[in-house]
Amino acid sequence: MGVKVGVLALQGDVAEHVAAFREALAERPGSSVMAVRRPADLADLDALAIPGGESTTISRLIEKNGLYEPLVRFEGGIFATCAGMVLTADRVDDPRVRTLGLIPMHVARNAFGRQVDSREAMLEVAGLAEPFRAVFIRAPVATDVGSSVEVLARIPEGIVAVRHGRHMAFAFHPELGGDLRLHRMFLEGLGL
Amino acid sequence: MKLEELRFGTELIKRGFASMQKGGVIMDVVNAEQAQLAEEAGAVAVMALERVPADIRAAGGVARMADPQKIVEIIDAVSIPVMGKARIGHFVEAQILEALGVDMVDESEVLTPADEQFHIDKAGFAVPFVCGARNLGEALRRINEGAAMIRTKGEAGTGNVVEAVRHMRAIMGGIRALKGLSSQELADCARDIEAPVELVIECAERGRLPVVNFSAGGIATPADAALMMQLGADGVFVGSGIFKSANPEATARAIVEAVNHYDDAKVVAEVSRGLGAAMKGLDVHLLREDEVLQTRGR
Repeated sequence: MGVKVGVLALQGDVAEHVAAFREALAERPGSSVMAVRRPADLADLDALAIPGGESTTISRLIEKNGLYEPLVRFEGGIFATCAGMVLTADRVDDPRVRTLGLIPMHVARNAFGRQVDSREAMLEVAGLAEPFRAVFIRAPVATDVGSSVEVLARIPEGIVAVRHGRHMAFAFHPELGGDLRLHRMFLEGLGL
Repeated sequence: MKLEELRFGTELIKRGFASMQKGGVIMDVVNAEQAQLAEEAGAVAVMALERVPADIRAAGGVARMADPQKIVEIIDAVSIPVMGKARIGHFVEAQILEALGVDMVDESEVLTPADEQFHIDKAGFAVPFVCGARNLGEALRRINEGAAMIRTKGEAGTGNVVEAVRHMRAIMGGIRALKGLSSQELADCARDIEAPVELVIECAERGRLPVVNFSAGGIATPADAALMMQLGADGVFVGSGIFKSANPEATARAIVEAVNHYDDAKVVAEVSRGLGAAMKGLDVHLLREDEVLQTRGR
């Protein structure tokens, strides 16, 4: 059966997420990947990607578009990257962002410093046989996670990949760089 | 993590940074207070300046990089990325901006050019660059030099969107015209527009520029911003349009929402209500030749 994935399309690298999920689902007939901008767009989705972008901007637009409660109640799996990871947390070091509280963890925004400190690194991720080329762009880290959260990867600055029930969150950008192993791990975890 | 495999300032990181700005509004600010207002309104980044383009025009003289003190003050005031402008070809101003921790450098025609022959060799920097362009050839020459983001030049500081429209139509039309051309014809086109053939082929294959493409130069209202988005911009820069309007806070919020809902006229109509006067603006046709900024750099 086809899989329906939405990408929260308020701001950020939405097109890259759409392209990555389309490729990950290329051999699954009847699958679709669509942009989500309104509460009604969430109906019938199996999964939702929350993209990278500016978490302050996306947070504000979630409220403006009446998406806060619908996202908290969303029953599918969530695949969140960078700003998305900040938004899924239940605590953040910044009052300018109202997080969704979907994953019990504390995140620090911009944990690496300025853009020149952004980096690519070969990262060991639990469940992957070979390291993953992770692209960190003004990335956050989780500094503390609840006992129900599985830590998939960490670096000296903090935790950068987690799984919590049907949700996965990454401080880096699996949607950039063409390696879809984490997308496949996410879909398999949902039994899709 | 293997520390020896850490890599900084790669093409993927620089272009990736620009991708994170998509669907957003980048606002010109001249102090910490304006920067905080922009962040609060939902800007994805701010451009730290000594003066907005309308005031640079009015002041005349040589326009240079802003005082580093000013830039640091703005960096310290907000959590969103901070960009800074360097003069065309002035790679030392760019080095200074990079050293200050600016997240992106705008090699900008709004400042007085420092080199009339060469732009900055941007590939050698870890910090990403955005550059202005009036047409496809100019955009691709800047990308070839290492620009991670393109913006239309428009005509900065006029509050008149006509030049931004001209430049966006030229870039998008230039890409559409590549469709269906043979490799021989693409090579011929590359010669015509004075752009590297590999980049022309990439545009033909992808149907868009290889990097994020914003609009800038004369955007003054939510309707202007939505117009540029409908013409194909990935996001907008608003310079003088916010802090030269009657109500900067309301105008900033309205432009953010207009970009978010650029294809929904009801929302753009709603956010445009009661904003008060937009910046006064200039008729581009009445500018003297030496007052036109967009012809700086080619």
